[in-house]
Amino acid sequence: MPLIETTSLTKAYPGGVTALRDLTLAVEPGVIGLVGANGAGKSTMIKILLGLLEPTEGSVRVLGLDPTVAADEVRARVGYMPEHDCLPPDMIAAEFVTHMARMSGLPPTAARERASEALRHVGLYEERYRPIGGYSTGMKQRVKLAQALVHDPDLLLLDEPTNGLDPAGRDAMLTLITKIGTEFGISVVVCTHLLGEVERICDTLIAIERGHLLRADRVDAMTTGYDVLVVEVTEGTDELIAALRARDLSLTVDGHVLLVRLDAEDTYDTILRTVADLDLPLHRLDQRRHRVAELFADSSTTTTRPEAHHV
Amino acid sequence: MSEAVDTGGSRIHDIGYRRYEGTNLGRLYVARSLYTHGLRSAFGLGRSAKAKIFPWIMVGLLGAFAVVVAAVRAQTGEMIVGYQEFQQVARVIVIIFLAVVAPELVSRDLRNKTLPLYFSRPLRRTDYALAKLAAVISAVFLLVAGPLTIVGAAAAFSVADVSGVWAEVRGLLGGYTMIAVLAVIHGSIALLIASLASKRAFAAGAIAAVFLVLVPIAQIPHELAHGAIGQLSLMISPDGMVDGLQEFLFGKGDANLEPGYRIYYGVGAVALVAAVVTALITRYRKVSL
Repeated sequence: MPLIETTSLTKAYPGGVTALRDLTLAVEPGVIGLVGANGAGKSTMIKILLGLLEPTEGSVRVLGLDPTVAADEVRARVGYMPEHDCLPPDMIAAEFVTHMARMSGLPPTAARERASEALRHVGLYEERYRPIGGYSTGMKQRVKLAQALVHDPDLLLLDEPTNGLDPAGRDAMLTLITKIGTEFGISVVVCTHLLGEVERICDTLIAIERGHLLRADRVDAMTTGYDVLVVEVTEGTDELIAALRARDLSLTVDGHVLLVRLDAEDTYDTILRTVADLDLPLHRLDQRRHRVAELFADSSTTTTRPEAHHV
Repeated sequence: MSEAVDTGGSRIHDIGYRRYEGTNLGRLYVARSLYTHGLRSAFGLGRSAKAKIFPWIMVGLLGAFAVVVAAVRAQTGEMIVGYQEFQQVARVIVIIFLAVVAPELVSRDLRNKTLPLYFSRPLRRTDYALAKLAAVISAVFLLVAGPLTIVGAAAAFSVADVSGVWAEVRGLLGGYTMIAVLAVIHGSIALLIASLASKRAFAAGAIAAVFLVLVPIAQIPHELAHGAIGQLSLMISPDGMVDGLQEFLFGKGDANLEPGYRIYYGVGAVALVAAVVTALITRYRKVSL
């Protein structure tokens, strides 16, 4: 059973803004990166998965349940960490997470136990008896994660969990997410505008741009598929593009550089021959690993590089 | 996976992540927990020492007043304030209490943006609104009914026979009824105002203004105008509504209504509370997350 499944999912807001357009995807359990620029529709997607928003068209299933019909069942099995600050500064972290556990239906004693366990798992020990107002951003992010984890969900939805964290804090948060996904056995959806950040911790990536699905696939399928040849000529780039395309080579243009997919034995020779035939000054021709960001660029129909592609 | 982790002095036995196998209680339990949490917060319980100061000063003031009434009653047999009139004297304190507690219960969640955490759980939006409403009404009731109980107890011990005790119990029940009326009307209005303002200071100011400014606006036509306008103008203010309802329920009071107009206060109070609660629920249906 797929973890999340959408069919022609569309969400249009009353103001005429379409946040999601015709999104069809199915992802398996694991650590999933939901990547897109700000305003790409990530938060809308999360809210639909939680049953907080109704889709305008299409259908959605989370853990095999339809959140538009069975919102209570979905929410009982899902943990949500919002992007923005959402903690009461005058409450003690342990009390707050206990309260949130009870809000998920845990009996009082279990709520208390699970709250201190959840706080310990996110790395808060003695600090948990202090008011949240005095916490650093990193500690607050951990409390937000703990309250999402406290009722032992089957799926965690994390909206920009590394927001506002310094590099060390980011690494710690990403390590924690990996631990939750692997050791704890809880599926995680990580929303982010930084592809480079989640690329290394996710099993699956979903890339959306302005409400359109760019690609949803397993990371290993994306990275182990093939290598690319980087070709650069000092002049006549356009001629070369035309000539290579005429020879049925799949290529993408990245500034002055051409990225040609290395999927046949003779691709290397074909490029050399084409350059020689056109008598162009070859500046560079090397082989490199295809990066995930370039794969998304393949699927992208737009000429401008979306923010998500910056690594 | 069992290992001992050293965390700066204290050793914690790390047993790894455990799945939760226990029961998940339903929406009713969640709503009840939110209600208890709200009621405790209203009196500063489970919060910082600073948060306890204000509500307990209010409790202390009403308690001291009740002790005086009880002492006079025990010594002289005279009730300087009747059971049903106790809530009239307490009203200023109730309004100040509400101006602080209602924003505490709802504006805080708006300001801290905690609502998405609640609404991403099985709790529904209406459950949230009604649990908070029940908490604020209960808090006001306890604030006033507690001290009144002191008066009732002192009076019951100072009467000679069993029939006298029963008279006091009946009086006390009448007092409780009026406190409940006050708690429902004032509590629901204050909570609705607070639910519209995310800044606590704004909410507190708005609550105090609505309750205090409307009193003279309702009272002046009541004193000056004759006929229906003068008889019904008390409804404009929450205080006047409570006074009118007291006359409707007990046939006596300080509102000086002609008996034929009392029924309008009965109907009016029910309509007012229904409208306020509907508005509160609608507010949370529409609240943006």
